[in-house]
Amino acid sequence: MLRMPTFLDFEKPIAELEGKIEELRHLSDGGGLNISEEVTRMQEKVERMLRTTYSKLSPWQKVLVARHPDRPHALDYIEALFDDFIHLSGDRNYGEDDAIVGGLARYRGASVVVIGTEKGHDTESRLKHNFGMARPEGYRKAQRLMRLAERFGLPIVTLVDTSGAYPGKGAEERGQAEAIARSIEVCLDVRVPTVAVVIGEGGSGGAMALAATNTVLMLEHAVYSVISPEGCASILWRTSDEAETAADALKLTAQNLEELGVIDSIVPEPLGGAHRNRDEIFEALDNALDPALQELVGLDGGVLRAKRREKFLEMGKKGLS
Amino acid sequence: MSWLDNIMRPKIRGLGSREAPDNLWVKCDSCGQMIFHRELEANHKVCNHCGHHLRISANERLTFLFDDGEFTVIEQPETVTDPLKFRDRKRYSDRLKEAQSKTGTGKSDAIIVAHGKIGGLPAVIAVFDFKFMGGSMGIAVGEAFVSAARLATLQEAPLIAIPASGGARMQEGILSLMQMPRTVIAVEEVKEAGLPVIVLLTDPTTGGVSASFAMLGDIAIAEPGAVIGFAGKRVIEDTIRENLPEGFQSAEYLLEHGMVDMVVPRGELRDTIARLIRHLIRPKATAEVVALPRTREALPDASSAAPADG
Ligand SMILES: [Zn+2]
Repeated sequence: MLRMPTFLDFEKPIAELEGKIEELRHLSDGGGLNISEEVTRMQEKVERMLRTTYSKLSPWQKVLVARHPDRPHALDYIEALFDDFIHLSGDRNYGEDDAIVGGLARYRGASVVVIGTEKGHDTESRLKHNFGMARPEGYRKAQRLMRLAERFGLPIVTLVDTSGAYPGKGAEERGQAEAIARSIEVCLDVRVPTVAVVIGEGGSGGAMALAATNTVLMLEHAVYSVISPEGCASILWRTSDEAETAADALKLTAQNLEELGVIDSIVPEPLGGAHRNRDEIFEALDNALDPALQELVGLDGGVLRAKRREKFLEMGKKGLS
Repeated sequence: MSWLDNIMRPKIRGLGSREAPDNLWVKCDSCGQMIFHRELEANHKVCNHCGHHLRISANERLTFLFDDGEFTVIEQPETVTDPLKFRDRKRYSDRLKEAQSKTGTGKSDAIIVAHGKIGGLPAVIAVFDFKFMGGSMGIAVGEAFVSAARLATLQEAPLIAIPASGGARMQEGILSLMQMPRTVIAVEEVKEAGLPVIVLLTDPTTGGVSASFAMLGDIAIAEPGAVIGFAGKRVIEDTIRENLPEGFQSAEYLLEHGMVDMVVPRGELRDTIARLIRHLIRPKATAEVVALPRTREALPDASSAAPADG
């Protein structure tokens, strides 16, 4: 299926140049003109522009990249990095919530439980997955899967990509706060290795519910924040127009979070972001996930739990220098 | 010197309400009627016309929950202030100073930890002060909450957590989000010591505070009319594009939906908590799961056992 690429505002000059390259290629196909040299020259220019732009993305630009509709989502990573995925459904209490997907899978030959918030990639799948905004049932399903992993000694990998938990009437009535709190509790408690990867947006408590893990990885242009820049701006600046300023102030980039000791390492993205080269980001995450798991596998369950606690109890002991 | 020496250095605070009202009459923010301030004080700041529970300070809360209004406030360890050098329309560091002078709590933040007796039994209370930046939870609050949990464990006393908070302290960014797992761990530590965690949800308990320790108590009590929930009402209305029912996210609404054990008027709180503690505190607390004896002798003789079905 062919998808029209989406370009972000700050990518416009790059998009224009790429458009011209396409035009030239089209011309050369028809007229037999030899313009390959020109195309190569222009392609080099595109690469240079991408390199400059993406090496100094502002926090707000990173927010836009993290939300890019073409960016790979949880199910894409599950399909690319894991084998024999068996999708498991339901919280055994109320319902099924597709905003959180999960199940058993094999990673490099070993069984694991993988859980992720899934945003969907087109209108139909976005609706099915509620744009990645989970309800209590989603968090309770996650708890169930984490306990399942613990029961069978399987490592847990979570893929975080959500703007936040769903703010809905039913979600509140069925205990959204309790579901998130309990999810954090279970995440902290399980006596198996746990690794979280922030692959896109790490939105507030809805992300935290799946990220209280032994190791937290984060993609180079992903963001992770206590509140969305828009939400923060509308409260503190009294206008959502200041979202860009708020994004700066919140220190939500992977680079900031690494300095603050909130995440353990950054997974490099391909030139121009994960959405420009899926195979490359799959490989990069694979190369980061394997050692992260290897470091934990084989450790005693009680030790894993104690280390996790110790790590989170230290959070906030140091600020930005 | 260990952190314990630090937190164990008690400091007695002045008791009673600091703020003398400028005029003798207070307007109820629910029914709008005027209440004589002495009557309001005697009634634990509950409106005598409509029963509305006015918001009260952390200090007032401690005064009427502990026996004879006597308690010892625990000095908190110092934490990083303004870790992100945050600035919105004002500097966060200035906002902090303003809040401190407004609440008159010196260098402390939006939480007070104290110990004393409730119904004659020792108890540790961690209470939020909504007047301090909306009771928002940042590093200092998280740190104080962890020390409250450890004090409870040390004293073999129950932990009474009393949130009054709009959620996370935005000005501390991701580090405020990280106080969610920290406070969850704190609660777990108390539970593992076999001690009860009682949460008293007061107005308001929302956002990251509601979605962490506040929902993990062994017992959840709510004050009448308190707003308790994860997402803000306006955010929900904007998302679902419909108006929410009357009393949505109120203590009574939560009770109806199975989210709290009870809704208790302010005047009955101390007695209720004292009764709960008496049930839950045991002479020798233990949380360990003990294996039952499984020897051959302990099992019934198969031949003399009753038929399995019939
Ligand atoms: Zn009234």
